[in-house]
Formats: sequence, structure tokens, C-alpha cells
Amino acid sequence: MAGAKSEFIAWDRTLHPAAFTPTYKTSVLRSPRHALLSLHNSLSEVTGPVFGHNEIGLLDNDLIRNYAKSGDPIGERIIVHGRVLDEMGRPVPKTLVEFWQANAAGRYRHKKDTYLAPIDPNFGGCGRTITDENGYYYFRTVKPGPYPWRNYINSWRPAHIHFSVFGSGFVQRLITQMYFEGDPLIPICPIVNVIPDKAAVDRLIAPLDMNEQVPMDSLCYRFDIVLRGSRSTLFENRLEGN
Amino acid sequence: MPQELHYLKQTASQTAGPYVHIGLAPHAAGFDIFQNNFSNVLAGAGTRGERIVIEGRVFDGTGTPVRDALVEIWQANSFGRYNHPADTQDKELDPEFRGWGRAAADFNTGVYTFDTVKPGPVIGRHGRPMAPHVSVWVVARGINIGLNTRMYFADETAANGADPVLNLIELESRRKTLLAARSERDGKVVYTFDIHLQGDQETVFFDV
Ligand SMILES: [Fe+2]
Repeated sequence: MAGAKSEFIAWDRTLHPAAFTPTYKTSVLRSPRHALLSLHNSLSEVTGPVFGHNEIGLLDNDLIRNYAKSGDPIGERIIVHGRVLDEMGRPVPKTLVEFWQANAAGRYRHKKDTYLAPIDPNFGGCGRTITDENGYYYFRTVKPGPYPWRNYINSWRPAHIHFSVFGSGFVQRLITQMYFEGDPLIPICPIVNVIPDKAAVDRLIAPLDMNEQVPMDSLCYRFDIVLRGSRSTLFENRLEGN
Repeated sequence: MPQELHYLKQTASQTAGPYVHIGLAPHAAGFDIFQNNFSNVLAGAGTRGERIVIEGRVFDGTGTPVRDALVEIWQANSFGRYNHPADTQDKELDPEFRGWGRAAADFNTGVYTFDTVKPGPVIGRHGRPMAPHVSVWVVARGINIGLNTRMYFADETAANGADPVLNLIELESRRKTLLAARSERDGKVVYTFDIHLQGDQETVFFDV
């Protein structure tokens, strides 16, 4: 594992949202007021859980089939694919990627979701996969719908897919959301707009990828994810021992 | 113009949202989809070390439990070694212990729980031992970027006193926000670790 024993490059706070973002109202009471304490990495930070292919089922990356009861779910059939890389451009191989989303009508299969749009009996809305040697992943699903939520009297989330990624060290752990090219709800979403950098928002928007469509079957979107990189150990600052 | 640095930019974090359970803990969301589910049980029948339960709640700035929080932990085994290729300490690996778990808070009480073993001490930077600890990561609706902290064991007084990370916390009164108290219940050892996102007892979180 390249650089696995060296420290991670710091979170780039110019790209990530702050904790306290009053226009996303729920953050107000759920954000620390003290400054975060900066910590050099030790073994506790550069290590993290390793997952095996045997832990993942064959249909886990197929949201069209993994909860199908009486037929396929309703919606636009799409493939989402891309690579998990680090800042140096190195692939992040064999890492767990998990994803979840609303159905084509914008409704989640969740006991706390009460939106009036219907549950799709054939759609669970979650999946997972492990990246290959080149950091590549893919899954099949239907395009999620936008949905309303209470931030202002009525706010709308753009269509999105939630992603959770591990990396090789526990402090690379990342949760983010993927949006779809051309969605007019993106620039007016209070959750998108906590990101302080326009280019960083653009990097969450997956372009339509006509090269990888499946003819007469599915459209395709491309979404690459970049985790924190780790420093080269040219002049090693020892994390352990002597 | 100097040469360009061809580094990539980090993907921005976004909140896990209220429905994080669908993706990371579908049983909590109310349905069954995967054959193998990741869970809050880290220790199996063959795991070596002292069995413990870690439990607590995550509180917001008003002191209300965050009932939709999701907590993950990462820890060394009972010998003080991580199950990861980067840990080459000369200590035993325990094949029955990965050291990672995930727990959704209870929707009614806000309580999260882990069944695990107490980790051994791990060597820190410059060869300084760190007191036994568990790395903790918290996400929820309203948390824009996952929060990292550490749980230490309150009864490890001497080791905690020498721990390089606890000693970085300038305000001594804040160090105790990372200490979990030990108690016993129904014959089980329980360490209670409440996490305060904000307020008088705000937990120390790390930029790490
Ligand atoms: Fe969502």
C-alpha cells in the first residue's frame, strides 16, 4: 500500500464546509464551538479497517436487482462509475465504497422519511462495492428524484447519491454526495452551498458519460472521488519506534 | 510561470443526512437487504482480551441527544496492535479482531453501543507510548464533516497522565471530555462515553 506508513496531508479546509453553517440550520446546534485540536498522525490515524470481497454480496452493487421483489424498480436506469484516488493521483485500491439514495420519486426507504411520494416496492436504495487494483468502482441503479425538506419553509434537494468511502487510514474517512450534471436545483441547495469553493461544488457534479452508456439499456454518469493523500517519506518523521 | 503541481483536489465532505442508516445500517432504517451487515460487535467468541461494552450518547448544543447519529470506532487489539499492514509493531495480531465497528444511535434513547475488547497501548510518535484509546468518528444530519475524537479509559490514570495526545489539550478541564468511566452492569464491564458536540462540556475534537 503506497505511503501507508506516512502521515496524511491535512484536510484542505478551503474546500470542505465549516462545521457551523447557519444557512443549513441543523448545523447550528450540532457544530463544535472550540477550534479543532491539530494532531500529528500516529499509528492510530494511518491505519484503518481492511475489508474483503467475501464480505460483499454479488448483487450488492446492483440497486436495480438487490431489492427487486416483483420486477425492476421504476426510474431511469443508470450506471455510476469512477475511481477513488488520493491527492497524488494514486489509486485507492480495495477500499469499501457504500452508497444510498432516494428512489426515482424522491422517497427514501427509511422509517423516518414521511414524504408523500411513494415507496417503490422493488427498490431498497443502497449498495456497496470494493474498488479494484486501480481504484475503480461501478454500480447500477435508477436515477434518484429530488425531494423537499424543511430548512426554509420548503427547500428542495437536487437529485443526489450519498457516498461513504474509507481509504487506507481511518482519518481518510469521507462522506459526501454526488449530484447530476444539469440539475437546476444544485445552485440553490442550502446543503450544497455550505461548500465554500465553487470549483469544489463542481467536482461533486457527475457528468453524463455517453462513452460508457449501455446501448438500449442504461445511461452512465462518472464520479471520481479524491481522498487525502499521504506524504512521501523521503525524510522520514518516524511514527513509531526509536 | 513556475512548473505546475499536478495534485488533485480533495472531494468536499457533505453531511451524512438523516437517512444515513439506509446506506450504512439498513436494519436501523427498517429493512433487510444485505446478507452480511457491518455491526457494532467487534469481538467474536475467539477474540482475546478483556470484554467491554462502550456506550454513550451524542448531545447537541442544548443537551438533547442526537438520535440520528452514526458512530464508528477503530482500535488496536488487546495486545496494542492494529490489524493493518502499516502497523509493524512486534506484537501479536489477533485474527479474530478487525478492530472496527459501526453503531447507529437508538432512535428513541439516542444510545449507541459497541461490544469489543479493551485495546492495549500502542507506540506513538518518537517511541512515546500512548495510553489505551479508541478512535471515534461521528456523523449525523447537521454535521458537515465527520468529527474525530478519541476515547480514553478513565481508570488508566498513570498511562493517561503520560499520554502525548491528552497532554496536548491545554485546558486540563477539557481532557476529561475524552475519559470514559468504568462501571459494571449485569456482569459486564461498561465504559460510558458521552460526546458533546457543543456547550459547556464540548468534547475535544481533532483535526487529524
Ligand atoms: Fe439525501
